[in-house]
Amino acid sequence: MIAIEHLTKRYGSTTVVDDVSMVIERNSITVIVGTSGSGKSTLLRMVNRLVEPESGRVLIDGRDTAHEPAHLLRRRIGYAIQGHGLFPHRSVAENIATVPHLLGWEPARIRSRVTALLEALQLDPAVFARKYPHQLSGGQQQRVGVARALAAEPEVLLMDEPFGALDPIIRDKAQDDLLDIQRRFATTIVLVTHDIDEAFRLGDRVAVMSAGRLLQYDRPEVLLKHPADTLVARMTGLSDRAMRLLALTTAGEAVVPGASDGPGVASSASLREVLCELIWRGVDSANVVDAAGAPLGRLTIATILAHGRPS
Amino acid sequence: MRIAAGVLRCAALTLLAAFLLRPQSFAPLFAPLTQYGAPPIYDQGNLLALALAHVGTVLVATAASAVVAVALGILVTREQGAEFLPISRAIVNIGQTFPPVAVLALAVPLVGFGEKPTLIALFAYGLLPIFENTMVGLRSCPAAVLEAASGMGMSPRERLFRVEVPLAMPLILEGIRLSTVINVGTATLGSTVAAKGLGEVIIAGLLSNNAAFVLQGGLATGLMAMLLYDAIAMIERRVCRTVRVT
Repeated sequence: MIAIEHLTKRYGSTTVVDDVSMVIERNSITVIVGTSGSGKSTLLRMVNRLVEPESGRVLIDGRDTAHEPAHLLRRRIGYAIQGHGLFPHRSVAENIATVPHLLGWEPARIRSRVTALLEALQLDPAVFARKYPHQLSGGQQQRVGVARALAAEPEVLLMDEPFGALDPIIRDKAQDDLLDIQRRFATTIVLVTHDIDEAFRLGDRVAVMSAGRLLQYDRPEVLLKHPADTLVARMTGLSDRAMRLLALTTAGEAVVPGASDGPGVASSASLREVLCELIWRGVDSANVVDAAGAPLGRLTIATILAHGRPS
Repeated sequence: MRIAAGVLRCAALTLLAAFLLRPQSFAPLFAPLTQYGAPPIYDQGNLLALALAHVGTVLVATAASAVVAVALGILVTREQGAEFLPISRAIVNIGQTFPPVAVLALAVPLVGFGEKPTLIALFAYGLLPIFENTMVGLRSCPAAVLEAASGMGMSPRERLFRVEVPLAMPLILEGIRLSTVINVGTATLGSTVAAKGLGEVIIAGLLSNNAAFVLQGGLATGLMAMLLYDAIAMIERRVCRTVRVT
């Protein structure tokens, strides 16, 4: 658990982060979203002390992060950034081994960890371990960046616009991979983005920042249904908030008993996807099936639409 | 292209070695340049020994320049050392703009005749290219890479030696190569203050009006400069093979 308490950072007369307090739950993805200049990156960088706060403190599992040398703290915290920042003079395996190496792990342990991570990120170790960053595609570089950040089994992974440099299709895949990695390694992830879609897609909880202040910090559906102020409502998208809400619920969660003569949809599909499918086919209801194809019940357009309303 | 370069390199090396080991066999070539039966090949000293002393002086001076210039380059690119940039720049610029002949003239009264004044002159002359290249190399490390290095938990020292210096190495080596080549030529001046080197041959030729001496001293120096340039370029390529910034 990360407790951020009254963090403030000023550069000259500008307050970049203004008295922000929040609690980040263990084993979850928290997304900090805001426009550029909102202070979201600075807030993130105060967690691993790449930026030293003016006042306030950060506690990780109850321990004040200010009480140990910054570079030792950072070895316990994964860090992945936009444009990956891979070391161009080191191979993929050496890049991933950076922190374990700094921590003085046994070579055999480092090797097996590197192999495990490459496999987890769908990069064949036999092919990629010896390659250099410039020989990889953008998506592969990004994955190696994530692997490197996870190498020393950090309790916390900080990500600063990690998918910002990727094209939409690869970004989609990278986001799926991240959700998968979070489940697999049970890491606490704090991710900064300016992309509200990305925030809603990834975040168990989303923090909205503007001009250094934390406007609202809650589950995505609460942000949509009960925005704290007009700024949050505008940022989370006034015009399509109903669709965003539908995107947050899966067919499996909304399914009601009964059968339909409509098409079958996967229980993992979002209500938004199911609705689109129904519009496209010109039918009123669908059968929800689980991963094995067994029927779970049905969804009608009326049921779906009800989920897109605030109450 | 690469084969042609390799052939040329071997030819230059063979030519230089042959000339230094068996200078008398080149006598017929240089004989037409002499007058009144003057010797066509320098005979007042061993050419090989002079060439080795020449290279030795250059390498010692350039190594010292490299140590000082790289250290200065690192210092002024650190946050705490930035204030030393103007003074460091001034020092290396003076070293380059002050004529080596003048340095020799000033150094002789202080350290006497021989190798020492030459080493001082070459050391001062070689600082600038290495310093500037070190600085550019360190400054052009991509910001994301430096951020990642710090974010991973490297201390400033680890970041410098594991990331910044390796990434700047191609440029640093280029600076060293430039200084070495310039100094091979400049070192001939050392012979005016009794330093051992191929300059001795050229000066002897000038004093006795023997064009053959001047030419053979100049050619041997030129070949050495070319071969050293080539050798350091080869090291550079080996280093650059892994250091690529995309």
